[in-house]
Amino acid sequence: MRFGIPLEERIEPGNLGCQGCGGALSMRMVLKGLSDDTVAVIPACCWSIIDGPWPVHALQVPVFHTAFETAAIMATGIKAAKLQQGKDTTVMAWAGDGGTFDIGLQALSGAAERNEDIIYVCYDNEAYMNTGIQRSSSTPIGTWTTTTPDERPETRPKKNIMEIMAAHRIPYAATATPAYPDDLLAKVEIARDLRGTRFLHILSACPPGWKMGSGDAIAAMRAAVDSRVFPLYEVRDGLDVTITRWPEHEVDPEAYFAMQGRFRPLLDDPEELARVRRLIDRQWETLVARHREHHPEPAAG
Amino acid sequence: MGERHLLTGNHAASYGAKLSRAEVISAYPITPQTTIVELLSEMVASGELDARYITVESEHSAMAAVIGASAAGCRTYTATSGQGLALMHEMLHWAVGARTPVVLTNVTRAMAPGWSIWSEQTDFLSQRDVGWMMLFAETVQEAQDFVVWMYRVAEQVFLPGMVAMDAFILSHTSEPLIVHDQAAVDAYLPPFDPLYTLDPAEPRAYGGLVNRDHYFEIRYKAFEAMERAGRLLVEAGEEFGEALGHRYGPVDPFMMDDAEIVFVSAGAMTSNVRYAVTLLRERGIKAGLLRLVAFRPFPFEEVRRLLEGRKVAVLDRNMSSGHSGIFAEEIRSALSMGAAPTEVYGYVLGIGGRDIRVETVLDVADDLMSRDEPARTLYVGVKGLPIGPARADREIARLAPLEEVSP
Repeated sequence: MRFGIPLEERIEPGNLGCQGCGGALSMRMVLKGLSDDTVAVIPACCWSIIDGPWPVHALQVPVFHTAFETAAIMATGIKAAKLQQGKDTTVMAWAGDGGTFDIGLQALSGAAERNEDIIYVCYDNEAYMNTGIQRSSSTPIGTWTTTTPDERPETRPKKNIMEIMAAHRIPYAATATPAYPDDLLAKVEIARDLRGTRFLHILSACPPGWKMGSGDAIAAMRAAVDSRVFPLYEVRDGLDVTITRWPEHEVDPEAYFAMQGRFRPLLDDPEELARVRRLIDRQWETLVARHREHHPEPAAG
Repeated sequence: MGERHLLTGNHAASYGAKLSRAEVISAYPITPQTTIVELLSEMVASGELDARYITVESEHSAMAAVIGASAAGCRTYTATSGQGLALMHEMLHWAVGARTPVVLTNVTRAMAPGWSIWSEQTDFLSQRDVGWMMLFAETVQEAQDFVVWMYRVAEQVFLPGMVAMDAFILSHTSEPLIVHDQAAVDAYLPPFDPLYTLDPAEPRAYGGLVNRDHYFEIRYKAFEAMERAGRLLVEAGEEFGEALGHRYGPVDPFMMDDAEIVFVSAGAMTSNVRYAVTLLRERGIKAGLLRLVAFRPFPFEEVRRLLEGRKVAVLDRNMSSGHSGIFAEEIRSALSMGAAPTEVYGYVLGIGGRDIRVETVLDVADDLMSRDEPARTLYVGVKGLPIGPARADREIARLAPLEEVSP
């Protein structure tokens, strides 16, 4: 099989990412799809570390490090300056789930509502991994974290950030994972060529936080997609939904959960697991219905 | 030469940003600042000012936006007040560490709760330690000119600066002023010449992780730049006089030569203090006034030279609870380094926009002359209490709900 992944790299071979870090891989892939005329904005997140301490810098694009809650607005300010200077530089905000779903949501909503001309990427490892695995509003039901211990695991579903972003009627929002790089790159290129606020939600495995071996990261991210826990799709103009990957070999969600130690409380609770299964099914059905609405002819099966 | 106009303090600040050719402006509405950015928004919309205006969803974001735009090489401006300045606090630190010469106008406003839109200096002075240059305007002319003066220095030392003016007393009061000729301002304030512009051809990282090996030195450079800013403010203030006809400096002394008692004051209330000083002089009392124009960098030398050996009443429209009025703290600190013994009396007044009238200042003068022991904090005008320190054994007057009508 031949992938259309550009050979060009915009990241140096060395960085401080953990083994199997989905966030590091996501950055590598996304930069392949953007042009040389790109500036990245990174708020507090794992990538504040991964890029390296002064004077080390792993990326081959300028990075402006910023405060936790300001990724979207910092990118907006930089873009405004570039436009004022007559430059069409791509400005990409690059934030984790904490910086997107939680503390950065206000500034992100503001930028999206104004349709600021930025690409916002959330690399989502489903908890505050950089500070040592605390729950975020992206943490799925039944998950162990250091602030949702075994005795009181996460009880609420993962916040659906894609629906929130789509509700802003931005030109483009898409889910992706570096474990399906062709799909990811296609979406980066679509985002690159559009104008306005473009949002990419990238599931990014965190072996230490997900409690699994670093060698399982790719398999876990693929299983998340194939079990329909994390479907790959895009939303244009906030309404037009297209599922971009229909699971070829369906994976039982339980198999996805069983790959990771963080889901032990969920696997130990059959009732909760049944609820989670129903939730996954209903979310998938809703997504398929929205896809069919936009694509009257069945696109795939 | 410029043109004579009649403007409010707020609109004068807008003209300050316009004359400075701010290129990216971002702000969030808050009373009593709002009319500054309303006018700027109109100027941008009409093309009168060639700039981008970002209508953000919070002051925190306003400050972040102008930091980003400044880091990318544009001259940037924002304005806020009270709660808004407090919300910006985290990013005020960021602007310093990022070495972005952002300029901000703060219309001083009392902090909630209870809600108050009236003048008080505590919001501004609470930002003392973030590392910004801080100036306090007294007149509408200064509300405009200090923005220009601030850019001139900020862009030489790569530090941000804020200009304060009093809520309503200055922000919404119209006074005549000279709106300077654009070409004259351009000659005084050259275009921003940034060191870096987030240029993809030079892919550097800005503001990332710094280990203990390097952090101190990086911060030291900012501290050192602030020390330099003191001298540059003086030079740029004098040049402002030569180029634009108004000479500015970090302090503004009045009738100080033979003064025995001296008031220290900042902002618009100073105009009443100045008038009170002339009345006291008519009574044969050797009174003087030292207005603080610069708060950061603090004018240590000027304060020491002008105040040492005199009886000083510091008029603080602010309070650092558990300590003193903030200007009083700072004055005492400046006088602790080699000055002749100086009696400093801290007076706290005008909290929450309570009027500071000429009579109020004369009451303070009477109180000052009756004392012979320096006092840390003396409260002026608390209902039912004479001027004096906080007293647990004295109750304030019962407040009559409808007696107080907002001015």
